Formats: sequence, C-alpha cells, structure tokens
Amino acid sequence: MNWLDTLVQGLLLGGLYALFAAGLSLVFGVMRLVNLAHGDLIVLAAYLILMITTALGINPFLAALFALPVMFALGWVLQTYLLNRVLGEDILPPLLVTFGLSVVIQNVLLQGFTADSRKLAAGAIESQSLPLGPVTVGVMPLMTLVTAVLVIVVLNQVFYRTALGRAFRATSDDMVTVQLMGIQPQRVFAIATGIALVVATIAALFLGTRSNFDPSIGPARLLYAFEAVIIGGLGSLWGTLAGGLIIGVAQALGAAINPEWQILAGHIAFVAVLLVRPRGLFPRAND
Amino acid sequence: MTLLSITDLTARYGDFQALFGVDIQLEPGETIAIIGANGAGKTTLMRAITGIVPPSGGSIRLQDRDLTRAPAPEILKAGIAMVPEGRRLFPSLTVEENLLIGGQKRQGNGFWTLARIHELFPILAERRHSPATALSGGQQQMVAIGRALMSNPEVLLCDELSLGLAPVVIKEIYASFPMIRQSGTAIIVVEQDIGQAMKVADRLYCMMEGRITLSGRPGDLSREAIHDAYFGVSHA
Repeated sequence: MNWLDTLVQGLLLGGLYALFAAGLSLVFGVMRLVNLAHGDLIVLAAYLILMITTALGINPFLAALFALPVMFALGWVLQTYLLNRVLGEDILPPLLVTFGLSVVIQNVLLQGFTADSRKLAAGAIESQSLPLGPVTVGVMPLMTLVTAVLVIVVLNQVFYRTALGRAFRATSDDMVTVQLMGIQPQRVFAIATGIALVVATIAALFLGTRSNFDPSIGPARLLYAFEAVIIGGLGSLWGTLAGGLIIGVAQALGAAINPEWQILAGHIAFVAVLLVRPRGLFPRAND
Repeated sequence: MTLLSITDLTARYGDFQALFGVDIQLEPGETIAIIGANGAGKTTLMRAITGIVPPSGGSIRLQDRDLTRAPAPEILKAGIAMVPEGRRLFPSLTVEENLLIGGQKRQGNGFWTLARIHELFPILAERRHSPATALSGGQQQMVAIGRALMSNPEVLLCDELSLGLAPVVIKEIYASFPMIRQSGTAIIVVEQDIGQAMKVADRLYCMMEGRITLSGRPGDLSREAIHDAYFGVSHA
C-alpha cells in the first residue's frame, strides 16, 4: 500500500466534502440556521444539471452554468417565503421545517426521476489523469479540490472585503442593531441562502460526474458536510475546508486498511477531533 | 415647519404599556433632551421612533412623511439614525467597517464621510483597523456616534451617551456636538444626567412612568420643577 497515494486521494475526496459543506457553513455563519435539507438540495441541483444536459444536449459543465442562477433564485425564494418565517429565538422550528423540506425534496425527485441511479457524463475528462511526482491523480478529483479551495477563497473575499460581507457579519452579530443601519436581515438571509445554493450546485456538478446519484443520497451528503463544518469550527470557512479534507483523508486511510472501514473512519475522525477540540479547529472568537 | 412631530404616542410590550400619549416636537437644527429616571420609558420612546418597537397608537411624522409603524430600515433611510443604548457595535467588524456599515444605505451625498468622522474623532482614524470591541468605552461611543452620522441623518437620536463613562470622557463625547449641530442635524439626547442634558439642550422634556411630565427651555425651568418631574415626589 502506498501511503502517500492514499493521503493524496483522501485530500482530493476531501475537496468534494468541503464543497458539500461550504454552503452549509455560510448559512450557519450568517443566520445560525442548520439546513437539514442541504444534502437534498445538492441532489436536486444534480438532477437539474442532468435535465439541462439532456434537454440541450450539452456537457454538464456548461449545463451547470445555466443551473447556477436557477438555484440562486430557488435559494432566495426558499429563504424569503419559508425559512425567514420560522427563524427566531427558538431553534427547533427551522430544524423541523428543513427536515420536512428534505423529505419533500426526496419524494418529489423520486416521483420525477424514479429511484434509478443516474450520472452526469462529462466525457473523456472523467478518466484522464496526471502524473504528479510519485503519485497519479485524476483530473476530475484534482479539479474538485481546486474548485473547493477557490470557492472558499471567493467566499472569504466576499465575507471580508465587500459591503455584502459586512452586512453578513453585522447581521450575524446583531439582528436588531443592523436594522438601525437600514439593512433588512431577511434580505441579507435570502442572498446568503441564494449563494449557498450556488455553491451546492457546484458541489452537485462534481458529485454527479464523480459517482452515481439517486434521490435518496442527500442525507448522507448532509452528514459529511455537517461533520466538516463542526470539525472546522462553526462559522469558519477555512475551518470548513480543513474539516472536509480531514474527513476525506480519514475515509481514504480507513478504506486503505479495509474497504469496509471507509465511512466509519470518517465518522471516527469526526468524534476524535471533537474529543480534543469540542468547538472545532477554528472556532469564531465571539460565538 | 416642525422637523419631527410625535403625537399621542403609545407603545407596549405585550400586556405592559410603556408609553402613554407622548407628544414631542423637534424643530430643524434643534437639540432637545429627554430626561428621566430608569424605567421612565425613554429608551422605549427611542425604540418606537426608530421602528424597533412598533408603536401601538399615535403618530410619528418626519416633515410631511408618516413614519408610524414603518419598519426600522425604512426609518433610517427616511433620515432618522440612532446611537443605541450600550452602543451595540458589531464585534465582527473593525472600527472602519462599523462606520462604513452605518453609511451603507445612505441616500445621495451628504456632509458626513469617513474623513469627516475622523476629523470629529481623530482617534478613530488611528484605530481604524482594530476590532470595534477592542476600544475603550468612550472610543466605542465615538464609533457608535460616527456610525449613526454616516447615514447623514436629519435627526440623530442619542440614547444614554454617558452611561458607564467617566466624566472626563463624557465631556469629550459631548464636545463633538457643536460640529454635529453645524452639519444641520437635529439631535435628541436621552440622558439620566440632568446637568449634562441642561448644558446641551435647547429644550428639555422630562419623562416619568411613560408620560411627559414637564417640558420647556432649561433657563425657564426651576431645579425644583425638574426635580419633581424627574422623581415625581410632590404634586400629582
């Protein structure tokens, strides 16, 4: 067994988990909302890309470009007409509503697309690989990781360098005082969820080209995403990237020892990090 | 024409009524002070004017615009900004970002810019990249005032500026008032410190148990009358 190769493959897999988690982390950071339907929204985005691919006969990368604005709009509408109504002091209503949303999305997808496994066909690029020193890496997994890092960098720039990011952070700090600045928290939340679903669509593109998907796989993606966010520290985007990579590496190591241990190893890594750092690796100072 | 007129305003928190028919007039360029003991309803009045606690009755008009029960962000855009009690700076933002977010929704150009705020409170230029909460209480109060001014308001509400600050710091904060008044902004200060209120205000309103009990020019009001209105001791 080549340990270096295992490590690299784990990091590449971790890129995908970081993409799953980035949208979840953004939404949690801005409005303290745990969106239990996040995994299903990723799967929904994958089906949307699939539909566009089949309808227009274009490749999934191009189709994703069309899917991005649609998913942004869906996020905006979802937040404005559903989630904003249940956000408040009590954390239970939003949990229940997003849990219900998760069930609804799964069943709608089941009705519309059956339980058959589907896949986004990206063509020759799927099987291409690059020799990188002593290891060989797949072009698609490498693109996944690079995209994950880019997404985190861009989200960080938005958060810390733009007026919108200022509104995100201020609203997260103090929902009442931000209104005295002329800012409507509900609108800020709608934009945040829109962006989260844009990131979910990017995640869906790599999920769908890398492996099969069917309407029922959302909750497991949510679990990985959730673990990545918690490991990284709630609200920290770089922490979320680190969290995704840790789960990816743990799964790769587990699988290298015994293929049955892949999933379990990721969960064990999650528990192990929490035992040592209960607030995650990079907790925000003022939480 | 009266700049801000508050007529027969009532407000409640659930079953508890906090304001009973409050009338206040603010003329352009004027500074008025609202004084009263803890629980007199001063902060509730500020929260009602800014839309944080929607009034249950009466009206709030800014010039010819009815702002009664308008949402808080709309009231800010209409031209009323507040320095809230306890400053309420955004801890995730730097000093400069706190100022910038105050001006994020400004309409058109106005007197107050980042440079003018730095002129008013030079220390804020020096500490611009510090986290807002790393500053001393007095400096945080300056950020809170600057943040409110950045929207170029017609009316600036200041809720308990002196709370928890040393007398020398309070003096420094109030030293900024002449420049604010020069910019044309009318000011309402809420104060527990009667002496300070009498010094800065053109007119005073005294509140007790959710009602205005006394109003007038500081020179026309006797110490005894203010004392009675403040503590509600002698007459009914």
